[in-house]
Amino acid sequence: MTTRSPILSLRGIQKSYGPIKVLQGVDLDIYPGEVVALLGENGAGKSTLSNIISGTVQPSAGEMTWLGKSYTPADPRAAMDEGVGMIHQELKLLPKLSIAENVFVGRYPMKAGRIDRKAMEDRARRGLRRLGLDISPDRLVEGLSTGKQQLIEIAKALTLNARLLILDEPTAALGGEETQLLFQQIERLRAEGVGIIYISHRLEEIRQIADRIVVMRDGAKVQEFDSGDVPIRTIVEAMVGRSLERMFPALPTPTDEVTLEVRSLSSPSNAFRDINFFVRKGEVFGIAGLMGAGRTELVRAITGADPISGGEVLLRGKAITPRSPIEAIRNGIVLVPEDRKLQGVVLEHSIAENIGYANLGEIAPSGWLSSRRIQQFAEGCIRRFGVKGRGGQNASELSGGNQQKVVLAKWLARKPQVVVLDEPTRGIDVGARSSIYDLIMDLARQGVAVIVVSSDLEEVLGVSSRIMVMAKGRQAGILNREDANDVSVMELATI
Amino acid sequence: MAALAKTQDVVGRRMLPSLRGATGPLIGLIVLCVFLTFASDKFLSVRNFLNVLDQITVLGVMAVGMTLVILIGGIDLAVGSVMALAMMVLGYLNIMAGVPMWLAIPLALLVASLNGLVAGLLITRFNVPAFIATLAMMSIARGLANMITDGQQLIGFPAWFNTMAIVRFGGFLTLTVAVMLVVFIVGLLYLRYRHGGRSLYAIGGNAEVARLAGINVNRATVLVYVVSSLLAGLSGMVLAARLDSVQPSSGVSYELDAIAAVVIGGTSLSGGTGGIGGTIIGVLIIGVLRNGLNLLSVSPFMQQVIIGGVIVLAVTAETYRKRK
Repeated sequence: MTTRSPILSLRGIQKSYGPIKVLQGVDLDIYPGEVVALLGENGAGKSTLSNIISGTVQPSAGEMTWLGKSYTPADPRAAMDEGVGMIHQELKLLPKLSIAENVFVGRYPMKAGRIDRKAMEDRARRGLRRLGLDISPDRLVEGLSTGKQQLIEIAKALTLNARLLILDEPTAALGGEETQLLFQQIERLRAEGVGIIYISHRLEEIRQIADRIVVMRDGAKVQEFDSGDVPIRTIVEAMVGRSLERMFPALPTPTDEVTLEVRSLSSPSNAFRDINFFVRKGEVFGIAGLMGAGRTELVRAITGADPISGGEVLLRGKAITPRSPIEAIRNGIVLVPEDRKLQGVVLEHSIAENIGYANLGEIAPSGWLSSRRIQQFAEGCIRRFGVKGRGGQNASELSGGNQQKVVLAKWLARKPQVVVLDEPTRGIDVGARSSIYDLIMDLARQGVAVIVVSSDLEEVLGVSSRIMVMAKGRQAGILNREDANDVSVMELATI
Repeated sequence: MAALAKTQDVVGRRMLPSLRGATGPLIGLIVLCVFLTFASDKFLSVRNFLNVLDQITVLGVMAVGMTLVILIGGIDLAVGSVMALAMMVLGYLNIMAGVPMWLAIPLALLVASLNGLVAGLLITRFNVPAFIATLAMMSIARGLANMITDGQQLIGFPAWFNTMAIVRFGGFLTLTVAVMLVVFIVGLLYLRYRHGGRSLYAIGGNAEVARLAGINVNRATVLVYVVSSLLAGLSGMVLAARLDSVQPSSGVSYELDAIAAVVIGGTSLSGGTGGIGGTIIGVLIIGVLRNGLNLLSVSPFMQQVIIGGVIVLAVTAETYRKRK
């Protein structure tokens, strides 16, 4: 590998925003036909680095060499023309346009002053074939799965003859099958000599896909592994800069008392059918399964956020089947939803207001309240639940982990009996995760019945005393902690 | 610039908490007043100030309702028509059917509120976009208003009705101005200090977050449209008192004035930020501007151009400040 010359070399790349240095002299070489995993906690500088490579951001100092020549892209377009393709975490496709139009948007092939639709579709079709996708280029993007859309983004980059692809968290929204499809395509591109920078929080995948691992911390490259097959613990330790005692805190022992029971619950959209389980007081109950297995729909129904077509929910033996979030909350059943930014917090409002919205009745029993009362109430929650921030700060200024703590804090002030967490650590960096796990265990210790839904197998195994595995809307089985491991869970999940 | 924005913020938060986010418009209003003081010797007088207050009553009452609607991320295009309908109902009941005013006014307000109820239900139950639902109500209410007298105006209210808009109690307040001030204060207190008022901010910020936080979003939405229509009706009562007559063509494009006042006052059209404090300033800016331009004998057509310019200025200044 060292005999070949790199397609891209970075030397001493620095970036400062005012007095804050976000990159302090990064060196990096990317060779053709290799997958380099770029890892690090949020704020480590991965995004800034990839934005510099893709021309979105200009470095403050340092040099870049692209195919032996000096490389200073002024904007993303210039980088694209050179052959650098960046696939962002949030997909940037236009749902109402066809696949071909999306691939060529902004640079439609022209003939006689008009868009040459035939050439456009032919070239798009070729791009899709190269990725092993057999979809017609004239169908609309709308309705395609996230995985397919991801591949279309890649096809778009490839029609530009990209020689370097930057993939930012490409699997964040993908299920197991789609992830494998994506990996096959990455293998294919690697064989064709395309260089790939792969950014992900899912360390399991890295071992599968990466040829080399570069770990960043605080804007600097701290470690490089010449193989993808590095123990996860070693990677995590490099990322957080300290050795990890344990990822997961010890589980408290649940009581025998059943807090929540679900009997033959079904959804009107058939997202889940005939679900039966119970959660005990002080127990952490995990729900595992692949994307689309109906887990989110199930817990949303239990917390009143989505409708139910049959079955019942019992709280300490009493049927309470909630028909709205208000009813669930009144019974002490609360949801920490899957998508923090869209369902958990109002980003443009302050932490205090966000906490206040769920506790207006508590803050103002008479209906009268003031900003100061909300502020005082919120500051109490912030202290108690270790949110790093001030009440007056906007939620958008917080890290993902702290936003999640705000969502938790707003509920915990109500002393709920059942707390449902849907993907509690998605998009949250490794260091902050353990404090979320600590919070979960504290809840259980205080006698709360906790339900954790997670796509992260290690997480669901680490925090749950029992795990229900769902597959295609059905409950495939409930495993005790002793019997649960990645194999037994995956077996049930793929039934 | 940044330092100025910061000072504005501190001033806004500490001294005038209800004006948070509206300090920019407030400065604009002050600059405008200073300018007009020098430009016209008639501007700076108690008498003229009271005139301005009289002139903004209709817009002021209506804009409070519009603020609530825009705060939850909605829009109410029907208010101008609903105002006309309420006025015609009042005229019909009192002048044509002989119903006494003490009963005719509440009935007219009830009819106005029903418009908001229909719009609110269309929006929450049938998922009709607010723009479309209130556009439809705008047309329906205007048509009904015209049907009552076949487009004719009505005169002949009891004499005391007009005096509400003329006689200044204590040499200061007409009853119509008092009505506006009460609406301002109730709106201000409600949004700042009431459970329900704070919930509107949550709904406008993100309706799904609000719903999952246990706020009854649908009920609040319907109520907001009802209140908006009720206040549109009330502004119709104010206008009827001022004109001592009612006609079905009243209030055409008033909804746009109300939206302009709210937006100039710093309430975001996407919902979740703003408040009555800003709207009062927005209403005052429009009122003072019209008054001042009249004193300077600027043609009404030119006034429209200038007010358009002010909207652009206010919104771009605010957007620019946020981006900083």
